[in-house]
Amino acid sequence: QISAALKEGQVTATELCQRCLSLVRSTKFLNAYITVAEETALQQAEESEKRYRRGQPLGVLDGIPVAVKDNFSTAGIETTCASNMLKGYISPYNATVVQKLLDQGAVLLGKTNLDEFAMGSGSTDGIFGPVRNPWSYSRQYKEKSVPKSDPEHEESSWVIAGGSSGGSAAAVSSFTCFAALGSDTGGSTRNPAAHCGVVGLKPTYGLISRHGLIPLVNSMDVPGILTRCVDDAAVVLGSLAGHDPKDSTTIQDTFQPFELPSLADVSKLSIGIPKEYHAPGLSGDVLAAWSRAADLFKNAGAKVVEVSLPHTRYSIVCYHVLCTAEVASNMARFDGLEYGHRSDMNKSTESMYAATRREGFNDVVRGRILSGNYFLLKQNYENYFVKAQKVRRLIANDFVKVFGSGVDVLLTPTTLSDAVPYVEFIKEDNRTRSTQDDILTQAANMAGLPAVSVPAALSGRGLPIGLQFIGRSFQEKQLLTVAKWFEKQVKFPMIQLEEVKRHEHGVLQHQKSASFS
Amino acid sequence: LAPWVPVVGLEIHAQISSNSKLFSGSQVQFAAPPNSLVSFFDASLPGTLPVLNRRCVEAAVMTGLALNCSINKKSLFDRKHYFYADLPAGYQITQQRVPIAVNGSLSYSLCIDNKMSQMVTKTVRIKQIQLEQDSGKSLHDDARSQTLVDLNRAGVGLMEVVMEPDMCCGEEAAAAVRELQLILQTLGSSQAIMAEGQLRVDANVSVHRPGEPYGVRTEVKNINSIRFLAKAVDYEIQRQIEELENGGTVLNETRAFDSKLGCTVPMRDKEGKQDYRFMPEPNLPPLILYDAKSLPANVNHEQVVNIDWIHERLPDLPSMKRAKLVELYGILPEHSFALVNEDGLTEFFENVVEQTQMKPKKVIGWILSDLLSHLKQHSLTVKESPVSSSLLADLLNLLEKGEISSSAAKQVFEELWKGEGKTPLEIVKEKQLELMQDQEELEQICQAVIDERKEE
Repeated sequence: QISAALKEGQVTATELCQRCLSLVRSTKFLNAYITVAEETALQQAEESEKRYRRGQPLGVLDGIPVAVKDNFSTAGIETTCASNMLKGYISPYNATVVQKLLDQGAVLLGKTNLDEFAMGSGSTDGIFGPVRNPWSYSRQYKEKSVPKSDPEHEESSWVIAGGSSGGSAAAVSSFTCFAALGSDTGGSTRNPAAHCGVVGLKPTYGLISRHGLIPLVNSMDVPGILTRCVDDAAVVLGSLAGHDPKDSTTIQDTFQPFELPSLADVSKLSIGIPKEYHAPGLSGDVLAAWSRAADLFKNAGAKVVEVSLPHTRYSIVCYHVLCTAEVASNMARFDGLEYGHRSDMNKSTESMYAATRREGFNDVVRGRILSGNYFLLKQNYENYFVKAQKVRRLIANDFVKVFGSGVDVLLTPTTLSDAVPYVEFIKEDNRTRSTQDDILTQAANMAGLPAVSVPAALSGRGLPIGLQFIGRSFQEKQLLTVAKWFEKQVKFPMIQLEEVKRHEHGVLQHQKSASFS
Repeated sequence: LAPWVPVVGLEIHAQISSNSKLFSGSQVQFAAPPNSLVSFFDASLPGTLPVLNRRCVEAAVMTGLALNCSINKKSLFDRKHYFYADLPAGYQITQQRVPIAVNGSLSYSLCIDNKMSQMVTKTVRIKQIQLEQDSGKSLHDDARSQTLVDLNRAGVGLMEVVMEPDMCCGEEAAAAVRELQLILQTLGSSQAIMAEGQLRVDANVSVHRPGEPYGVRTEVKNINSIRFLAKAVDYEIQRQIEELENGGTVLNETRAFDSKLGCTVPMRDKEGKQDYRFMPEPNLPPLILYDAKSLPANVNHEQVVNIDWIHERLPDLPSMKRAKLVELYGILPEHSFALVNEDGLTEFFENVVEQTQMKPKKVIGWILSDLLSHLKQHSLTVKESPVSSSLLADLLNLLEKGEISSSAAKQVFEELWKGEGKTPLEIVKEKQLELMQDQEELEQICQAVIDERKEE
């Protein structure tokens, strides 16, 4: 819709950009952005405006403000990964996905906040502080959970945005941009999407280039897409997917961008409900939303069956070994020699390395490096790494079997509960939290499958609950078609943010109408 | 007590001759300004990914085929981790689990007792050939206690050729490496110039009593010429024997060869016992190679390496060249060995043969005894020879026609060597070295001498 508005001249790209930048400023307390690239964004908006005036926009994304998680390399704009190790690091090149967005005329507003090096499920463990879930300040949440006008309580009741792409999710959720890039290794795009009430898409591994995405786990990472509706996710996917010669793990097949049909008839669909996803700790609200969704499909004529993914319970332990091993390897390059933080310690190369890495990395990163190196030791390799690889194969095969038996799409919860208050969240350490929170999203990364979280309902506390659809490899079109149908049925409420209300404008109506396609 | 049995194995790193590096597009060039050939990937900038260089794969396949290896149609890449200033990523990408080629052999020749006339052929098994990245270079500036790092070499493609411990002494090791060098240069897969670091050899040396298991081995590094390789190996064998005979033990250590002192010394402990924490390289899918049978129907030729295609186009290897020379020219095997062994000498020889009526069997004598010995004496390469093939051919023609004697010819050769631009004919005339052909004149001179005698 916003794209149409730009085309028809109802709003100019520059106006749009300025509105968004202004919203970024007024929602600064959310801490969603690490860097706001105001000057370059306005320049890009001006260029876009010129193109619209000539009647030659580059495409649907031309002039659309977007944000990018701060673990994607952006030329000329700082890329920190929310770590001291890369504070001040300005990459000389753009990640392929960033370049693609810019080539389509998108306006890059800035880099969003995350857990340091994408390690975490709350976006709370970065050097720039935690991201606040915009829904903390929504009327819906305040009515249900916060005692009337108690500012102190309000301050301590704000909830987490989820992670590790919390900044991107919060940015989209609070209307500061129309789409954002996140990354997804164990659920890092879907988790915050669910908590922030937005759509979070994890594409099939190998569909979108990882060149320029600073890696967490090379064999599981994918760039993630966060938008306010499913159609928008499909549009962004269309502009990003395809083979990249710079990334040898992208598939060679040509990718055909698609428009999502509006499904009228779901009777030919088979929806699988994996029983193992009824995990311990699943909240009543989430369980209810999941049930209602299953009924929704059943009542519309779809075949809804219970299925089994028996190796689900091993996925967290398996992930733990493989993730930490890759982290230990991927972080070995951070030694302060060529770029990034370098310690003043200069007694010897070794001591400089050690000091640099101690100063540059937080506890979480250092912990994973140590674990990972342990698993990679010659005497441990067979028992840990190789075994985990075998278990990974079993987990992936679970999905192959289920999809092979006629199921089209799986329906599961995305998170165990709605977003918890920050003060609650930090009572447990990062590793514990990750272990708990990744359980529903992790397996899709193991198997490389596409998965999307769609806002389904509000919890008893007035916070978003998301449900997840998992699809067959490279069948994003089918996956998103089903997701779109569900989204339409559910009619998830729009967030009612006081801050946004104060800026009420004709233009803003466009923004709040949730889509740009 | 039975004599000691020395055992020598070699790990040879050959820089692949290619325009760009193994996993990135930066250029490969010797002696460029420091850090001028470094791509984002070489500098290990976060987010960069490796992309395999096709030419490097072809070079490794060529080399594997030339060394009679089985080429693995599926090989894998791994990360080998250690921290060092010249390794920006903190790991090297190599092939530890499944290398590109395995189980080959290399035949090489040795002279027995230094007599050229008695050559014997030996074989060394090739365990494997693997593709891997070269590291950068670090220079230690002790005066200012700093280390200078040049990443130009970081990421250049290497073929590591592992030779089984089938050799027994410095001479064998040197001969084997020399033959490998010739093969690589013939294939063009590596220029293999040791002085430029394009061929680096590490020797694994141990000794044991016959019938007993292999002894503890040491690794000798830092050998930068074939001559030094022989010296280093022989020294190390001796050192180990002496150590053991004096009741000591051999430590499993890494030693460097000190060329000035002619001995091996323990290396400053770079790593101790390293655990390289090998891990599969997740950014590179398995390397799949095809042959005529397995080649799928509709593939993009740019994306495929066909082993059979490469095999069909292999040039004549040195051993084949030698055999052909013997067959074609009727020279002895040890002669063809010497010809092939010296860069450009075969060509020179063939040029002379072409331009002269003298039989190749005679020409070879001049090439090896006169030309080659002069070149060696003055440390010149064939390319730098002051005597060209045409000049030598002219000289040999004079000799062949009987216009000069062989001793005169030697004199002319010396003059030619001075490189003053005179032709053989000019020198002969100048020095009046012509043989007299006129029968009558000769009779007159003889008669005159006899007459002189009579008078006495």
